[in-house]
Amino acid sequence: MPQYTLTVNGERRSVNVPEDTPLLWVLRDELGLSGTKFGCGIGQCRACTVHLDGSAIFSCQLPVASVAGKSVTTIEGLSPDGTHPLQQAWIRVDVSQCGYCQPGQIMTAADLLAKNPNPADEEIDAWMSVNICRCGTYNRIRQAIKEAAKEMAE
Amino acid sequence: MTDQQKPSALSRRRFLEIGSATGVGLFVGFHIPVRSRFSPLAASAELNAFIHIGTDEVVTIFVNESEMGQGVLTSLPMILADELEADWSKIQSKHAPADSAKFGRQGTGGSSSVRVGYPNLRKAGAAAREMLIAAAAEEWDVDPATCNADNGSVVHPASRRRLTFGKLAAKAATQTPPDDPPLKDPKDFRFIGKPMNRIDTPAKVRATAEFGIDVRVPGMLTAQVVHSPVFGGTVRSFDATQALAVKGVRHVVQIPSGVAVVADNFWAATKGRDALSVTWDEGAHAGLSSSTITQMCQDLVENGADARNDGNAESALEAASQKLEAVYEVPYLAHATMEPMNCTADVRADRCEVWAPTQSPSSTKSVAQRITGLAEDRVSVLTTFMGGGFGRRSATDFVEDAVHTSKAVGKPVKVIWTREDDTRDGHYRPTTYNRMLAGLGADGQPVAWIHKIAGPSILDSFGRELRNGIDGSSVEGASNIPYGIPNVHVTYALASLPIPVHWWRSVGSSQNAYVTECFVDELAAAARQDPVEFRLGLMGEHKRHARVLQTAARMAQWGSRPPDGRARGVAVHESFGSFVAEVAEVSVANDGTVRVHRVWCAVDCGDVVNPATIKDQMESGIAYGLSAALYGKVEIRDGRAVQSNFHDYPVVRMNEMPRVDVEIVTSGDPMGGIGEPGTPPIAPAVCNAIYAATGKRIRRLPIGKVV
Repeated sequence: MPQYTLTVNGERRSVNVPEDTPLLWVLRDELGLSGTKFGCGIGQCRACTVHLDGSAIFSCQLPVASVAGKSVTTIEGLSPDGTHPLQQAWIRVDVSQCGYCQPGQIMTAADLLAKNPNPADEEIDAWMSVNICRCGTYNRIRQAIKEAAKEMAE
Repeated sequence: MTDQQKPSALSRRRFLEIGSATGVGLFVGFHIPVRSRFSPLAASAELNAFIHIGTDEVVTIFVNESEMGQGVLTSLPMILADELEADWSKIQSKHAPADSAKFGRQGTGGSSSVRVGYPNLRKAGAAAREMLIAAAAEEWDVDPATCNADNGSVVHPASRRRLTFGKLAAKAATQTPPDDPPLKDPKDFRFIGKPMNRIDTPAKVRATAEFGIDVRVPGMLTAQVVHSPVFGGTVRSFDATQALAVKGVRHVVQIPSGVAVVADNFWAATKGRDALSVTWDEGAHAGLSSSTITQMCQDLVENGADARNDGNAESALEAASQKLEAVYEVPYLAHATMEPMNCTADVRADRCEVWAPTQSPSSTKSVAQRITGLAEDRVSVLTTFMGGGFGRRSATDFVEDAVHTSKAVGKPVKVIWTREDDTRDGHYRPTTYNRMLAGLGADGQPVAWIHKIAGPSILDSFGRELRNGIDGSSVEGASNIPYGIPNVHVTYALASLPIPVHWWRSVGSSQNAYVTECFVDELAAAARQDPVEFRLGLMGEHKRHARVLQTAARMAQWGSRPPDGRARGVAVHESFGSFVAEVAEVSVANDGTVRVHRVWCAVDCGDVVNPATIKDQMESGIAYGLSAALYGKVEIRDGRAVQSNFHDYPVVRMNEMPRVDVEIVTSGDPMGGIGEPGTPPIAPAVCNAIYAATGKRIRRLPIGKVV
C-alpha cells in the first residue's frame, strides 16, 4: 500500500493506505482524530470539515493522494488547548445541543473569520449554510461567530 | 464535563468499581415508578439513580436518561444538586451504565426525563444532603438540626465549623438513608428555574466528547452491513470472493439483517461492500410504492375504528348550513440524525460488552442477551454521546447488527451505517391519509368535526395487537382537539405495511397537529373570523391552550400589518403534557419558494427546571419540524425507499432558519415535556401563513414550492 506523508495539526504523519482513502477516514481511523465527524459521505453536511493549507474543505470527499505533503488542521489542532475564540464563544453562548456537527461548524466558521474578520449576518448565513445542524442551533452559531469576531478584533 | 466516559474495558471496570459502593463515597439509590414510552404494557417500572461524592469534592451524577442534545446531562443534575446544596462547579454528570438492579428500566423518550425524574431526583438529593448533615453532626457531636448544608459543605453556624462534602462522604455513606427527607422550599432554589449552561458544551466544542461512532476498542474491526434494498427481503445467496479480495477486508458473514463486511477500517469495509455481490429474495413487497400505499389508505379510510365519537357528527354535518371537506396527507419521514446509526460490540464466549449511542440502554441489553444467550450480569451496555436521537435511537436494529457481527467473527466490531443505510432502512414517521369533514352553523360556529385517519401504526409495526383497532399514537393530537365542538368523530384505520415505522420527534402529534390545525384554520376562514379569535372562542375550559395562543399572538403583534410581502399563520397544540402556540411569518416568492422569516413561540410546560433548555428545545423542535414541513419525504418505489442522503432528503440550513422568539408561560400547572412539543405546531403555522399570503391551502406535505 502506498505511503503518504502529510502535516496534521503541525506534526508530520505518515500513513499506509489506498490512494482513494478519503482524508476523513485517514484522520479518524489511521490517526485517531475522531473530532472530525462522518455525516453523509457525499459532501452535503460538512460535519467532516477540516482546514487544508488554511482553508475549510470537506474531508469526506478528498482522497489522501491529493493532500499528500499538505498541511491539515482538525478541530483538535485549532488551538493548542481548545481555547480558540470561537470555541470560547461557543461555550459562552452555549451553542451545542447533541454536539455532533459542532466541530465542523467551528472549522467552517474559523475559515470565515480568517478571510472576513467582521462578517455581516447575511455573509455568515451564506458562508455557514454548507454545514447542517439537525438540532437547529443555527441562530446561536451565528451569535457565537459574531461574539468571536468581536473578541478577535479587540 | 471534564472526564468523559471512555468506552474501553478499563473505563468499564472503573464504572463497576464506582458502582460497587465498596470504596469511598456516598451512594443514594431510590426506586420510583416511571411512565415510559418504552414499556407501554407495564403501568410502572422501577428506576434508580445514584450520586457519588468523591473525596476530591467532585459530585458525580449518574444520569439514567440518554443525552441526545435535549440537555438531560445538565437538567437532571440541576434538580439533584439543588436539593443536595452542592457546589455546581464540582458537578460532573455521566450516562449511567445499563443496570436494571441499580437503575431500573432505562429508556429515554416521550419527553419524560425531567417531568418523571423531578420528584425523585429532588428526594434523592435531599436524602444525600441529610446523610451528609448527619455525618457532620456526628463528627461534631451536635444536634443535626443545628447544622445545614451550604454550597458543597455542611456548616454548624453556632460554632462556625464547616466540613466539605468530600471530607464527609465516607462517614455519610454509613448513615441510613432517610425515607422522607425534607424538601427545599422552591423559593430557595439555587439552580432549578434558573437558566444554566450545559455541562457538556466544553467537551463538545473541543471534540473530547466521545460519540458512539468514536468508540475504539483494542483489536476492533469495522463493519458495514448490507441490508435488503426491498422492505421485508432476505438474503438468497451471496458471493464474497471479490469482497474478500479487497485489502483490509477480514470477514464477510451473513447475519439476520443481511451481510456484514468486516474490515480493518471503514474505508476497506466500503470497498468490500462495493465488491460484494448479494442475490436477494425480495419477498412479497417488491411491488409496493407510494401510490399503492395511498390507494390502500383511501380504500381503508371510511372503515376505521372509533377513537372518539361524541354526539352524532354525521347527522350534525348533514344539518349544518355550511360544509367543509378536505383530504390531508403526510409522508413517511426519516429521522436523519447527524450521526448515522452505529454500535460497537465485543462478544466473547462468557461475556458481551456493548457501546451504543442509544435511547434504550435496557432494550440494548435485552437484545444483546437474546443474541448471545448470556445472563444479564455477563452483558454490559454503556451509553455514549449521540449525534441526535429524535426517537430513532430507541430502536435496536443497529445494536443487533453489531452484536450479531461480533458474535460471528469473535472479535470486537463497530458497525457503522452509511447515511444511505440510515435513510433507507425504515423506522419512519408513519405516512397518513386524513379525510376531514366539518359543518358550521348559520352563526359560523362549528357543529360537527369528523377526522378519519388511515395509515400504518407503530404498535402494529412492533408486532403488537391494536386494542379495539386503535393505536393511541396514531390518534394523539387528533382525538383530543382543544375545541368545544358538540359533535366530534375521530376514526383510525390500520394500513398494515412491511415498512417499519417508529417514534419520530412528537410522534402522532407531528402529523395530527398539522392536519387539525390547518383544518381548523379552514373553518375560521369559512366562518370569516380571525384565526386566533376563532380558536379562542372554541377553547372553553382549555385555558392552557388559550393562554399560550394569546401569548404567541401578543408576541407576534397578531393583527398588526406584517412587513410587505409577508403573512402570518398560527397553530396551537398540546403534546407530552406541554402546550405550545406558534406564529410563523412567511413570504412566498414568485417561483413558489417559501421563506419562513420569524417564529414566535409560547410554551407552557408547567414548572420550569432549566429555562435555557426549554428555549433551546423549542427552537430545535421548530427547526426539526420546519425541515419536515418544507422538504421531508421518504417515497417508496418497487418496495424500496427512494431518498438516500441529504441531497434528496434536504433539511433546513442556516440561511433558511427563521429568527425564533420563545416565551415561557409560567402556569404553576403540572410539569410537561420539552424535547418534542415544539415540533407539532410549526408545520400548520407555516401552512396557515402560506394561505394568508397566497390563498392556497397546503393539504399535502412536504410543502415544496407553492404553485
